[in-house]
Amino acid sequence: MTTARLKVISAGPLVSYQDAGRPRLMRYGVPASGPMDRFAHAAANTMLGNMPDPACIEVSLGGLVLECVEGEVSVAIAGGSFRTGLDGVISEGWAVHTLAPGTRLSVSGGAWGSWCYLAFAGEIAAPTWLSSKATHTLSGLGGGTVRTGDIITITEATTRPGRVGTYDVPEVARPLPMGRLVIGPQDHLFEHGATDTLCSHPYRVTDAYNRMGMRLDGPALRLGNALSIPSEPIVRGSIQVAGDGVPTLLLADHQTTGGYPKIATMIGADTDRIAQARSGGRLNFHAVEVEEAITIARDASHARAHALEDLAAPRLSLEQRLQQANLISGAVAED
Amino acid sequence: MIAPVFKPVGDSALLVEFGTREDDVLNQLVISLDHAIARAEIHGVRETVPALVNLLVVFDPVVVDHGAIKAAVQALLPLPEATGSQTTHHDVPVCFDAELTSDLRDVATACKRSVDDVVAELVAVNLKVAMYGFAPGYAYLTGVPKALHVPRKQTPKPDVPKGSILMAGPQSIVTSLTMPTGWSIIGRSPFEVMQTTGETSFRFNVGDTVRYTPVGRTALPSHLQTP
Repeated sequence: MTTARLKVISAGPLVSYQDAGRPRLMRYGVPASGPMDRFAHAAANTMLGNMPDPACIEVSLGGLVLECVEGEVSVAIAGGSFRTGLDGVISEGWAVHTLAPGTRLSVSGGAWGSWCYLAFAGEIAAPTWLSSKATHTLSGLGGGTVRTGDIITITEATTRPGRVGTYDVPEVARPLPMGRLVIGPQDHLFEHGATDTLCSHPYRVTDAYNRMGMRLDGPALRLGNALSIPSEPIVRGSIQVAGDGVPTLLLADHQTTGGYPKIATMIGADTDRIAQARSGGRLNFHAVEVEEAITIARDASHARAHALEDLAAPRLSLEQRLQQANLISGAVAED
Repeated sequence: MIAPVFKPVGDSALLVEFGTREDDVLNQLVISLDHAIARAEIHGVRETVPALVNLLVVFDPVVVDHGAIKAAVQALLPLPEATGSQTTHHDVPVCFDAELTSDLRDVATACKRSVDDVVAELVAVNLKVAMYGFAPGYAYLTGVPKALHVPRKQTPKPDVPKGSILMAGPQSIVTSLTMPTGWSIIGRSPFEVMQTTGETSFRFNVGDTVRYTPVGRTALPSHLQTP
């Protein structure tokens, strides 16, 4: 184990360090932050054999180019379908590679998705705030933003040759054109038919999309008399509507409270997949009852755990697999 | 006692609402319920978020559901009278030097008082930590005397240094980050609600009481001593 150093040749906006986040602090005004796509973040770590939670680099469509200047380290790429260049050889999708001094890795938007995660076989050296390296982008607290010219240090760096290769994107991580919602808690403050409008027309993702939320464009959701309410808690997935009738889906770096009425709340697992939508993309919404929401949450939790188990299995070369088969059959024979 | 209304929030939270208008009695019920839930250690609860008139209970939907949380919260009602034993009082030093605080004179004019009278009336009351929100460490202190209520300003001011004392309506905030604000800036304080050096901690808990105590410019850290 050594230290690996990666020079940031170029980093677009909104590229940041994110671990699994800092939950349980909303009472102090601190959102959990963490990955915009929590499953993909866990997947990137899992593909390397890491625990699911450690810090990764969250790459936006702004892209990232790194050059390894010291040490060797394996890196996993998961999230949206991003294009990866490794010393000029272009590929796309989820994969594990190994970087050595002089290797240049570029990551940029591909067929779909807004965010992808670079996990490393080692520990990213970055500031911790409230026991987490997740970056709260508004304050800059936590691991922080990755900027052109930075040197990223990976301590305890190692290579995982048995995991190098390409990986299929599991079903649970593919883009979702429809987000499921539980109506409320302030649907009663809207004009009659507003929830039907939200759930029966496509909404377009606007350019106003960052880690705090995604402003949508579509039929206005008209509020009745109450344009604001006493400031109250917000969750990741809240759909709040300002006086102009425009809905905003709040995401990882959401404010913890706010005074705009919330017409509906997206199911947690769907927020990760919806976060992969791009500006200009179209989304549909579908209302479910709370009992169904619980079933969806449980099914999603099981499906994600299963997908992570599949990704956790090391990928071995044909020789290694044959060798392992021989060892196992040999052991069986001796029994 | 006012019976709360329960509203599902997505697949993993339940909003417990005591009313829909800002009112100290309702906020006190929120705080009492927050304490009661903390004591009860309800299975599956991840966190609670107290606000002005309601409290959000965030839970793990894999192990519990909205109905189970609602039943567990209802079992805690009626809430015991607040005893104050779970809250702390904080004296917060504030420099009200009108040269440092861009809006104190405007607030005084709007309230038809002298600057000295505004300060005297503000420091005479105990404020209450009603909730956190807006940004990390932003504690909303309620109880600003009615005669000092001023609306938000038309135009937000950028880069207001952390440690600024803000006021709007019945609320005041000791800011914990350098951020823009549309509230009136009436003082500066060396007090850090959110300590970001070392092990971060939050010095107010919801329900605590706060009193501003006037201090001179020299009590401020040097970067806050100039406008």
